[in-house]
Amino acid sequence: MKKYTYTEKKDTRSGFGAGLHEAGKRNENVVALCADLVGSLKMDAFIKDFPERFVQVGIAEANMMGIAAGLTINGKIPFTGTFANFSTGRVYDQIRQSIAYSGKNVKICASHAGLTLGEDGATHQILEDIGLMKMLPGMVVINPCDYNQTKAATLAIMDYEGPVYLRFGRPVIPVFTPEDQKFEIGKAWMVNEGTDVTIIATGHMVWRAIEAGEKLAELGIDAEIINIHTIKPLDEEAILKSVKKTGCVVTCEEHNKYGGLGESVARLLTTEYLAPQEFVAVNDSFGESATPDQLMTKYKLDPADIVAAAQKVMKRKK
Amino acid sequence: MKHTISELEDIASQVRRDCLRMVHAVQSGHPGASLGCADFFTALYFEVLNHNPKFTMAGAGEDLFFLSNGHISPVWYSVLARSGYFDVSELATFRKLDSRLQGHPTTHEGLPGVRIASGSLGQGLSVAIGAALAKKIDGDKSLVYALMGDGELQEGQNWEALMFAPFHKVDNLIASVDYNGQQIDGPTEKVLSLENLQAKFEAFGWHVITSDGNDMGEITKALHYAISLTGKGKPILNLMSTQMGYGVDFMVGTHKWHGAAPSDAQLEVALGQLKETAGDY
Repeated sequence: MKKYTYTEKKDTRSGFGAGLHEAGKRNENVVALCADLVGSLKMDAFIKDFPERFVQVGIAEANMMGIAAGLTINGKIPFTGTFANFSTGRVYDQIRQSIAYSGKNVKICASHAGLTLGEDGATHQILEDIGLMKMLPGMVVINPCDYNQTKAATLAIMDYEGPVYLRFGRPVIPVFTPEDQKFEIGKAWMVNEGTDVTIIATGHMVWRAIEAGEKLAELGIDAEIINIHTIKPLDEEAILKSVKKTGCVVTCEEHNKYGGLGESVARLLTTEYLAPQEFVAVNDSFGESATPDQLMTKYKLDPADIVAAAQKVMKRKK
Repeated sequence: MKHTISELEDIASQVRRDCLRMVHAVQSGHPGASLGCADFFTALYFEVLNHNPKFTMAGAGEDLFFLSNGHISPVWYSVLARSGYFDVSELATFRKLDSRLQGHPTTHEGLPGVRIASGSLGQGLSVAIGAALAKKIDGDKSLVYALMGDGELQEGQNWEALMFAPFHKVDNLIASVDYNGQQIDGPTEKVLSLENLQAKFEAFGWHVITSDGNDMGEITKALHYAISLTGKGKPILNLMSTQMGYGVDFMVGTHKWHGAAPSDAQLEVALGQLKETAGDY
């Protein structure tokens, strides 16, 4: 198992804030919009340096999505910022008609996704957003794994022409990917090469998959770990190559098991290469109030759950 | 004036013929408010807008128009074709397979003149505000226009947008409301009353003007007046009274023709009341 270390923990939303600030420096067409969550989305640096390119919309997310769509018309690149719940479910039809169907170059940037929002509870913990967004034709869906990758992803989507959903979160987590990484949309990142089982993880679950891989190594199991930061378009080639080698797969996501990364992988495997799969994901449930760690344990998203899933799926290998 | 009022009225008559023939041909679509807004669209595209039919999405340096109540696509398509965005013969493809003239307007099929999809109601004003903000950022002095139905003001997003524009001094925006008092299920005052719209818009901080949208002279004058009010710190709201079905005696003033197509016989009677002034497509 390749050794991963970290010297600090940071939140992915701060990676977005840093990326947005850098994007503003690099491209004068970048504009930012926020629905009364500037501090939570870490947009302060952008606003300080580019006040004329920032729009405070107030608590009116539907209007924000429409304004963002309108801003694209003469070539602006709008980044909208609010919580994942208010970036997707609350404004689904606005995104569908004014952004996705209209082919507008809007970057929908969503913080506080998943259970790790913590104490605010289920009203704010969306676990359905990946599914909602990946179903929209032409929508790119990205869920990076740490601070550095989120910053790199924010810059990469600036250069991509078309609507993007960028999902990130609230808690501080290890920073373990390189600061100077090149982020390629739709390109899987090989975390660890192995032969016994493929573990595919996205977002906050990637570090947990690494911890699980270390435990599996102690048990004599050689896990291949892949970071799928782009859920759509899915890097089908990388996944098939790995599963053909290992013969089984575990998918890990901080999302409902319905509609998420796991189902995208299952669709690929049933059409291209049959192999047993286990889902480490929320089992069709809403969340609740507690600390992020307590919730990840209760909803079975811990490294121990990945280890158990790997052991289970390996038994089903032909 | 680029045209006399009488010339504009002639164009509007042809536009109404187009609307009815398009809806009749596929026995679907929304003729009522298309007829009611024919004078507004004619005044806008043939007299008021500074626009280029050699369409670019960005529309830098030209006025932009956004239609929020996308179901009145027949009148928009007719006016776009008649003002040179595409050939009038394409109107015959309305709502048919592989057409650029979808039931509700879209950018998806690349129809010149359309900059946003609309149809799901209540979204157009927000988009128009975004386009107006972009023009301000770029120092582009041209204007942005929007049209909304009155029924769709029941959608909450409109009121988010109505609150936003005055606060942010979006004074390069002229929004018109097709105030015909009708919606699919009946008169607005019976479905969900809009009450005193003028007072509501004024309370939100808009500069409100009123106009008769079925009087070519008056609607042209009202739009020119609206232009004179731009750049003064407030967005402009043109509360435009129209009659659904205007121009055809058996269609006027009722919600029954909101989304119903005329029969062969009804079309013949209706066309008999509308002069063919520029040649049917």
